[in-house]
Amino acid sequence: MATVTFDKATRLFPGAERPAVDALDIEIGDGEFLVLVGPSGCGKSTSLRMLAGLEDVNGGSIRIGDRDVTNLAPKDRDIAMVFQNYALYPHMTVGENMGFALKIAGEPKDKIRERVAEAAKILDLEQYVDRKPKALSGGQRQRVAMGRAIVRSPQVFLMDEPLSNLDAKLRVQTRSQIAALQRRLGVTTVYVTHDQVEAMTMGDRVAVLKDGILQQVDTPRNMYDNPKNVFVAGFIGSPAMNLLQVDAEGGTLHFGGANVPIPRETAEVADKAGRKITVGVRPEDMAIVGDGQGLKTVVNLVEELGADAYVYGTADVDGKPYDIIARVDGRKPPEKGESVHFAPKEGHIHLFSTETGERLKS
Amino acid sequence: MALQLLAAPSDPALLDLPWGTPLEDWPADQLVALPRGLSRHVVRFVRIGEAVYAVKEIAENAALREYGLLRQLERRDLPAVEAVAVVSGRVDDSGQPLDPALVTRHLQFSLPYRALFSSTLRADTAKRLLDALAALLVRLHTAGFYWGDCSFSNTLFRRDAGAFAAYLVDAETGELHGNLSEGQRTYDVDLARTNIAGELLDLDAGGLLHSSIDPVEIADLVVERYQDLWRELLGAETFDTGERYRIDQRIRRLNELGFDVAELTIVTDIDGRTVQLEPKVVDAGHHSRRLLRLTGLDVEENQARRLLNDLDAYRAAKDVQGESEEIVAHRWVDEAFEPVVRAVPKDMRGKLEPAEIFHEVLEHRWFLSEREGRDVGLMPAALSYVADVLTHKPDEQAVLGSRIGSPTVEADPWVEDDEPVEP
Repeated sequence: MATVTFDKATRLFPGAERPAVDALDIEIGDGEFLVLVGPSGCGKSTSLRMLAGLEDVNGGSIRIGDRDVTNLAPKDRDIAMVFQNYALYPHMTVGENMGFALKIAGEPKDKIRERVAEAAKILDLEQYVDRKPKALSGGQRQRVAMGRAIVRSPQVFLMDEPLSNLDAKLRVQTRSQIAALQRRLGVTTVYVTHDQVEAMTMGDRVAVLKDGILQQVDTPRNMYDNPKNVFVAGFIGSPAMNLLQVDAEGGTLHFGGANVPIPRETAEVADKAGRKITVGVRPEDMAIVGDGQGLKTVVNLVEELGADAYVYGTADVDGKPYDIIARVDGRKPPEKGESVHFAPKEGHIHLFSTETGERLKS
Repeated sequence: MALQLLAAPSDPALLDLPWGTPLEDWPADQLVALPRGLSRHVVRFVRIGEAVYAVKEIAENAALREYGLLRQLERRDLPAVEAVAVVSGRVDDSGQPLDPALVTRHLQFSLPYRALFSSTLRADTAKRLLDALAALLVRLHTAGFYWGDCSFSNTLFRRDAGAFAAYLVDAETGELHGNLSEGQRTYDVDLARTNIAGELLDLDAGGLLHSSIDPVEIADLVVERYQDLWRELLGAETFDTGERYRIDQRIRRLNELGFDVAELTIVTDIDGRTVQLEPKVVDAGHHSRRLLRLTGLDVEENQARRLLNDLDAYRAAKDVQGESEEIVAHRWVDEAFEPVVRAVPKDMRGKLEPAEIFHEVLEHRWFLSEREGRDVGLMPAALSYVADVLTHKPDEQAVLGSRIGSPTVEADPWVEDDEPVEP
């Protein structure tokens, strides 16, 4: 069974002040597609490379199944880095191209033939196995490259931003191809991307990292509905969640003219932070209300997308201007320059401690 | 079209190339038919003035990244092709954007590996190519550069006194770190082994590999050679204090390999009896640097060693022990080196690099002298060499289909009929 465990794994680069990856703790299930996502420098690629054996591990350990692989060389870990730059050899057949790594590893001919046939079937290349690569289209050639990784039957697939060099249309296409392939193969996969939309569409679970520290690992649904802290709340979801610091007095917070009740524990936290609390509302959870009943927002730009429209505006909270994004009905959107009042839809408010950023009960 | 050019100071004529046309559609009269090797991207060669450039169409961030890496390699004096420019903002006639292009300068006198053997690749050529590749990998690794795709196809080779010097061509998968971890190094070498095995198997499938070669065996050699070199360079060595001559030996061995020892860590144990020796920050180019300093000649490492040997022999023969090294060196250039190079008629100067010609003349001189039982002398050997040997050699200044007599070089490896050029 190929589970993958990061057990308080740490990577500290020589001379660095803080770890690039700080005591990372994740357990990845057998056959799971886990995506590591975060902004540039968050440690996602470093974590993947630690798993691959390309990066030293300075603390903690890494396991594949029951095996502690922390100090094993990359080629002894039974992993495959997919989408490395595989060459396509013109004089060999497609089958030979896919299987030659097994050949040089000394595997018996019939095993190679079997594995190649399996992979060709999964990749829809069966009819090309005995043909030369020049008969293939660009997309088919890329699948031969995948085939090279597949025939090795590794325990884990590792992919490091494989789509970053593709144009938007090809990216979406290839994304679904990869996801479908992984589902079919059932091989545990760890995938790195900086694109949170990609992470949310592809992963069984998503792990968000920031400054080397794991922020949250969860299903896309859960992460979207219950972000654990302000960073995850603002990072996941496009357009981004509106995050504002508002007054919270007693058991109520003031969202402009709207008064929203909050639980006692949350109110206590707010009290300790000078009666301030951070409120998060997703654009689709902003409702237009009457004058004085919500947060007054001056409309700067309206993005009309047919059924929906996105309103980009500015609101003032205690003298502080905030950028506001709200989704409205596309048939009668507000005008630029207009003032609109927004209040959060009931039950769709996220509360965070202003001091720590941690999620609070709402 | 608002072209954007990120470029090192280079030929402004680059701007005149048909950037509004997809690279694979560039007209043949603009192109130079150089052997292309196996690339994932569209690659074409163009000539501007005296120089030949390689143009590769790739996505923007990949192009910028590779350009940056190649410039860094250049700054660190590592053997790689020279990055010239990234051309972005390309659009075709209908206003559709085209991928940017990375432009690099083709190395003069360099050859892709497929051009280095006629009919089939033989074991000794393969081993020499491997040696060059292993040495390049070691050099890159000591500088903290992880290649990620070391292969014959991603390398250009130059002759170096009978051996080869290898140059990195493709840095797309490269990474520059302070120091490489053991995992990174071993993985990089393993990748090289896999790629080389693939390339040899491909030659085999195309009937271009000599039957005596076992692709896997040869590919394994690159790992062995790399490890030997690495150990030689950076392995710690322990010996008794009485054996201090071994320090000198170690340094000499490293110099022989062309590496400079910048520092040594010498640690004696508490008793002062055993000594541990670990060279640090070794950098190749020891001989070529010395020759450059003495004569201003910029040549490959083995060539430099050869010329320096001849320089030493010249010194001894002229009995000028009292004079300064630099003065003698200049006299040697005037009286020995340049006359040989000038003995080659102008129309044959494109055949081999001057330092390589000199090396071959020295070989020829030895051969003739052996045959005649006496030293035939340098100039007679040079003239004999030009008349009897050089005339029959193909040009290597650029392996151009149109410039060399009639050998047909495999311009497109995807075409079935291959006829490699004579070495």
